[in-house]
Amino acid sequence: MTETSILMEVKNVFKAFGEDWEREKVVENLNLDIKRNQLTAIVGPSGCGKSTVVNLLAGFESPDSGQIMMEGGAVSGPSKDRLVVFQETALMPWLTTYQNVTFGPKLRGDMPARSLKEAADRIIDTVGLREFKDKYPLQLSGGMQRRAELARALINQPLVMIMDEPFRGLDAMTRQLMQEFYLRLCEEEARTNVFVTSELEEAIILADSLVVLSNRPTTVREVIQIDLPRPRNLNMLSSPEAYDYKRHAMEMLHEEALKSFSGTESGSDFLKSYAQQP
Amino acid sequence: MSDRDVATQGPSGLSLFLYKTKKSFGTPMPYLAFVGIGLWLFTYWLLNEQLKISPFNKIPGPAEVLTEWFSQDPIWGTSLFTEDYWQNIKASCLRILIAFSLATGLGVPLGLFMGWSKKFKDYTFPVLELLRPIPILAWVPLSIVMFQSFEAPILFLATLASFFVTTLNTMLGVQSIDESYFRAAGCLGSKRRHVFIHVVLPGSLPFVFTGLQISIGVAWFSLVAAEMISGEFGLGYMINASYMVNKYVTMVMAMLTLGFVGWITSAMVRAAGSQMMQWREKALGQGGA
Repeated sequence: MTETSILMEVKNVFKAFGEDWEREKVVENLNLDIKRNQLTAIVGPSGCGKSTVVNLLAGFESPDSGQIMMEGGAVSGPSKDRLVVFQETALMPWLTTYQNVTFGPKLRGDMPARSLKEAADRIIDTVGLREFKDKYPLQLSGGMQRRAELARALINQPLVMIMDEPFRGLDAMTRQLMQEFYLRLCEEEARTNVFVTSELEEAIILADSLVVLSNRPTTVREVIQIDLPRPRNLNMLSSPEAYDYKRHAMEMLHEEALKSFSGTESGSDFLKSYAQQP
Repeated sequence: MSDRDVATQGPSGLSLFLYKTKKSFGTPMPYLAFVGIGLWLFTYWLLNEQLKISPFNKIPGPAEVLTEWFSQDPIWGTSLFTEDYWQNIKASCLRILIAFSLATGLGVPLGLFMGWSKKFKDYTFPVLELLRPIPILAWVPLSIVMFQSFEAPILFLATLASFFVTTLNTMLGVQSIDESYFRAAGCLGSKRRHVFIHVVLPGSLPFVFTGLQISIGVAWFSLVAAEMISGEFGLGYMINASYMVNKYVTMVMAMLTLGFVGWITSAMVRAAGSQMMQWREKALGQGGA
């Protein structure tokens, strides 16, 4: 049994943006536990502030009030312990795949050259990019870019990997392949993962626990433990258990998404006509 | 694996240039360029020497200029075979080399710091924006007062114009870098100086080189203006001096020479740019993997 104590704790976090007179609350009263060696998937209606949650967890932004704790200390600023894999690729276009992967350890100088080369080669092999290690990101396909970015994060052995809609923008086929690949990667070696996505099925198949966020100002609506057996594969999505998880989460997401329509005239019209449907 | 690597390693340097040149003759590009130049010469000749339409008949015609240019014994005293022609080219090119190097050496670092540090920009940007709109010709009297020689005011004017363009473009280049690269560098453990070397510098290069292309053009522009007003030798001087004594053929020759030399210098800047941005070249050349 792998250890599943709490690694990160989000306590009563509040975050708002904008000038005083038009301040918009984006995150309010957010409480969340990230457990060690588990994949915590976060889903929410679009525009609910998922990216803000990522930025807070990563330390790119700090909460207006409340705290984000990691191993007893407060998070203040980005760190290699909490690595982010970004929505659109953030590989440095001017570095080759290999140079991108070794970027972090080289700058920090915390790995001897020999073992760095070995580790980089091994990890580039793992993501299947051996033949592309001297290519520049613009020469890689979308799926390859994501895998290169995964490799760049993995080599630093972060305490937690934060994935911000990492497979967004890929075509359906590539996306499915990446999901299978990532599933295998997670099951081969235990890691702590935060996986933010707007795709419910992707979240269910990957997650140990599924966090459903509310509409803005976002807070945790419910945490669902996903008890599908491991190793998993994408076919399990058609199992009755997966279907129940999906329906339950879908209902909540639907409710939350509808909230974003209320408050405006066209929105209330929409809600009325929606309510009249059988 | 190594066999494959060798096979995919293409030619470089001169052989790559020759390969590309050879390949381009398989495309319409060079032929269309010839036709374009031919059509332009023909129109010029038609309006000027054939139909003699005003105002085109007041300038020397293409046949006259070309004959003079290639003449061993030029009527107006200047051609490819006289020493003063080359002396003027050399003088202008040397000035451009100095002015452009100075402007790049000062403008690029300044622009990088302005884009990188908000505080530094707050200090410097208003001054830059105040001085930049002053047309370069308005600086002429001041530069003559400041520097009591022939050479220094010319260099000063060419450098100044080029410097403003380079600085501004470099600053915009840094500001154009996507925030996600800074974030990625940040969580991978970069210190501030690392970010400067590994993100700010390479990330701004595309804008920097666009800026340098414009800046070398601006340098030529202000150089010639300055040479026409004050100076000894140089293509601008040659134009003005020939004009003063009604040697219009020599004047047009100097103008066309400026066109050629200017073209070559911007091609050199472009080549340096693609040399330094292989990551962009390869992607453009291959259109993806």
